[in-house]
Parts: sequence; C-alpha cells; structure tokens
Amino acid sequence: MMNNPTGRLTQGQFSFLPDLTDAEIKLQIAYGLRRDYAWSIEYTDDPHPRNTFWEMYGNPMFDLRDPAGVMLELCACRESFPNHYIRMQAFDSTRGVESIAMSFIVNRPRNEPGFDLQRQETCGRSIRYTTRGYAADAPEGERYGTADPAPRA
Amino acid sequence: MSQPLYTIPGAPGPAPTPPPQAGDALAGARSVRDVLALSNVDSVFGELDRDLVGLAPVKQRIRDIAALLVVDKLRLNVGLAAHTPSLHMSFTGNPGTGKTTVALRMAQILHRLGYVRTGQLVAATRDDLVGQYIGHTAPKTREVLKRAMGGVLFIDEAYYLYRPENERDYGQEAIEILLQVMENQRDDLVVVLAGYAQRMRVFFESNPGMRSRVAHHLDFPDYGSEELLLIGDRMLEAMNYRLAEGAREAFAEYVALRRMQPHFANARSVRNALDRARLRQASRLFSEPERQLSRSDLTTLEPQDIRASRVFEGGVP
Repeated sequence: MMNNPTGRLTQGQFSFLPDLTDAEIKLQIAYGLRRDYAWSIEYTDDPHPRNTFWEMYGNPMFDLRDPAGVMLELCACRESFPNHYIRMQAFDSTRGVESIAMSFIVNRPRNEPGFDLQRQETCGRSIRYTTRGYAADAPEGERYGTADPAPRA
Repeated sequence: MSQPLYTIPGAPGPAPTPPPQAGDALAGARSVRDVLALSNVDSVFGELDRDLVGLAPVKQRIRDIAALLVVDKLRLNVGLAAHTPSLHMSFTGNPGTGKTTVALRMAQILHRLGYVRTGQLVAATRDDLVGQYIGHTAPKTREVLKRAMGGVLFIDEAYYLYRPENERDYGQEAIEILLQVMENQRDDLVVVLAGYAQRMRVFFESNPGMRSRVAHHLDFPDYGSEELLLIGDRMLEAMNYRLAEGAREAFAEYVALRRMQPHFANARSVRNALDRARLRQASRLFSEPERQLSRSDLTTLEPQDIRASRVFEGGVP
C-alpha cells in the first residue's frame, strides 16, 4: 500500500492521527464555537476525493454556544450510520470568508479498502488516470459492511 | 461574527475575549468565603437584592439553593463524591411577578458557580418546541435544546405543552424529548418551567415524570401596593422621568384601584400604566406648540397625566 500507508482515508484535518476521542472532538467543537463557526455534520459511503458534497445530517447548527448540542447530534448520526464516514464541518460566516473553516472525520467504517488507481493509455504515450473506490461497486448503503443501523422509529 | 481577515473601515474593534471558566478557578477553594469571592456570586446576590423589589421568599430560596451548590463545590474540592444535583426548577406565580427576570439571575448564579458552562438563557414557549405536523416536533424541540445547551432553558407557560383535550397533540412528544434530556444531560442543561400556579399544578399532576425531575419549586407571591409603587419609581428612574407633586398620590390611588380589577399583571400592569401616562404627557406637551419646554417639563409626569386614566371611572385601562 504505497499510496495509503495507514490504510485509512486521509481527508480533512487530523486524518493522519489516531481517531479523535469524544473528549477531543468536543474540544475542537468548542474551539470552533469560540470563533463563531456554525457546525454541521455530513456523512457518506462514497468518500471519493472528488466527492466534495456529502449528505447533510440535519441543518447546520447556528446560534449554538456549547459543544454539548453538537455532540448530541453527532451521537444521533453515529447511531443512524455506524458504517459510514461522518465528518464535522465548521462554517465561518465572516464577510469575505464565508466558507468551511474546519473539517475532520469523526467516524469511519471498520474496513477501509481504499482506492484503485487505473491507468488508461491513450494516443502517443500519454496516460489518463482514474481513481475508483474498491468499495464503490456495491450499491449505496452496503459499501462498508451490511450491519444495518437500528431500525428507525 | 468572528474578526474578518481585513479591516473594514468603521467596523467595531475585536470582541472581548470570553472570561475564564469559573469552574476551574474554584478548584482550590476550601471555605465558603473563598468560593463566594472567586465566583463573584455575591455581586449577583447584591444585584438581586437591589434590583428586585419584594419577593422575599424567592430570594431566600435562591440563597438556599446557592448555599447547597457552594457546599457541594467545597465537598468536591476535598474529594467527596457528589452527584451533580438536579437543578431543574419550576417558577410559579401570577403574571408580572418577575419570573423571567429571576431566571436570568439564576442563570448568572449557576454560571458563576460553574454548574452551567455558558450561562445564557434561552426562552421558549410552546410555539418554539411543538411542531404542526407529524415529524416536525422532534427536530424543533432538539433545535431549541441544542441552542440552550450549556445554559438555562426557560419554558414560559409550560402547561401549554400538554393539551389533555387533544390526545393526538404533538406536545406530548416534546415533553418526552425534554424529559429524556433533563435526565441524561443534567450537566449540560438546566430547565426552568414557568407559569401560573394553578395551571402548573394541573400540568405536574398529569405529567408525574416531569414533576419528579423538577427539584425546586419556587412560588412567586403577588406584590403589595407599596412594592408596586416602588417598582413604578424604579421604572421611571430608568426611563428618566419623575412624578410631580401630587402625581405620586394619584399613582398610588391608581394602583389601589387597578389591583381590584381583573387581569391585573403586577409589575407589567405598572409598566403599561406608566407607558400610557407618558403618552398623555407627550400629547399634553404636543398641544402647546409655542411653549419653550425645559428639561423638567420634559421629564415630569403631572397628576392629570395619571388621573386621566379610565381606571378612575371604574373602567378597564
């Protein structure tokens, strides 16, 4: 595994570190809230590097003062999607920035097979490259293990 | 909004940094005096006594609760295990007796003692918590709860959440979510339920789960005539008005008459009466366009401004 030494998805902040504990996530959220970022939670089972837009879990959380509210939502998301990638996003509404200021993964599937790099030889000796997730063959929702989430009431 | 990366001409300067968490500073305290000095709770008590007229039983209860919290803090500092005390409260009393104001102070006290992390007060009513169709209530309630986390959630007229006459009412769902959070996240959130005494009693009787999770029941007594006059004086002072010779007597008479009438809302009625008196003063001054008005003309409420009220003729204001 030359291009993925840890065997893990490395997107966003802290992705080369061991998984953050809940206490550490809480500290990061508190940091963002102190800077008036609005946190939101997103999940996906298609973590292709070009897939920028993951599914939103609920609305972005504006007007929060304390990380406990965000953690409440994160726990609910983890319960619904235990085998998906989940990331926290902090939106900075400062004029002129108006963009995501922090983003890190807080939940991963147990098995992360990674990506296949396909080379296509075209005219001359040029090569076109394509990246493809090994897990992307399965239909949505079954890509990283079939352990279904608890049936939703 | 956080500071932009560039300067906007005329924009306000950087926001002040948040004060350090009170909870950490209290770890070394060994005496009640230490805790009071380190947490600045005393100054809140002072404000409570100074700003709020009357309400002696409520103030006493708040002192009792604060004493318990201070002693708990000291016990924790010497390593005695203590449960996080249940701090959910219910404030009952007639309209205009200061429930919201006291809730604000309560949030400050709890924050200074480190029992809530941010000390903000989020006020909510049925409309904020209960949705209009199936599946609307839970996200709405959770939204409000999330905003209140780390502070105090003040639910005004809480009994409207429960509508026994409609068994499909979504209010029950909101109550269940509230109960769950009140139980599981006692460190994160303090809930204050407020409303009229009689209807709150019915509410608690039909929701035993709610009753058993609310530890402190504070009853707000009605104000006496003297206290209402004092409140009126404070309000006028804050608005830069004063009562002329004879106006105070007129106002005392007004209060005495108004109290006998239905829908009397204590301090709120006093404020409304004063607002109407200001209105009459303004039109009185307005009717003399030629007159040079001095500072005292502009700030003085004359007896006739108050006596013009319909209350003196036996009507509603």
